[in-house]
Amino acid sequence: MLTRLVRYSFFGERDPMSAVLRIPTVLRPAMGGETTITVEGTTIGAVLSHVTERFPAVKGQLLNEDGTLHRFLNVYVNDDDVRYLGGVDAPVVDTDEITLLPAVAGGAW
Amino acid sequence: MLTLTLAQRDTMVATCIRALPDEGCGLLLGTSHGVVVEVVPSANVAASARVYEIDPKVLLRTFRRADEEGLQVIGVFHSHTHSGAYPSPTDIRQAPDPDWHYVLVSLAVAPADLRSYSVVESEVTEEVIDIDEGTNSCTDD
Repeated sequence: MLTRLVRYSFFGERDPMSAVLRIPTVLRPAMGGETTITVEGTTIGAVLSHVTERFPAVKGQLLNEDGTLHRFLNVYVNDDDVRYLGGVDAPVVDTDEITLLPAVAGGAW
Repeated sequence: MLTLTLAQRDTMVATCIRALPDEGCGLLLGTSHGVVVEVVPSANVAASARVYEIDPKVLLRTFRRADEEGLQVIGVFHSHTHSGAYPSPTDIRQAPDPDWHYVLVSLAVAPADLRSYSVVESEVTEEVIDIDEGTNSCTDD
């Protein structure tokens, strides 16, 4: 529980009773230029659905058509990768900090 | 232009050699002017000789460190084990950030060939690598 209360310095000031979504640089132009936003939802799927309603331009970069997480998106709740917390069903509480980072991948193939 | 030290260059090459037969990879922490401050090796979680993926834990930790230390994640390096140091169609398609430096290490030749590129809207441009003899650092994950 303690980790849920930690406020990382790079998140800046925030409402302590709302979950916060940290937006990667590459998505900021399509999300109002914000570094962080306050989000609603009790699961990652609900949070991202609300985000795509607010910023439709990023929908294809966050979620697949079937509502699952995009292959090239990493989503973390505090320190944990949501792939190990149930994916879109991963629970979110008000004090959580959610971080989106694009997967960094490629290769010779 | 990408500025790095000989030690950082050697770290990237050594990381890629250690990863053989798979591709090796890691992140570059630095400044917005393209100066590498630290090379951060990562496990290749794709565990493949043909593709790579930075460990998501290393990714999160490195982005947090960048913010805490006033730095930026300015790029990524990875190896091509049997082809040249040029971004593949996969590299170009999946390039995550137009502001990044994409370093390719080819182990198909000896000594290893290391080159850096920008990838902006699928357009690939090779950039100059300036080898600085300073004391910039590297870490092992």
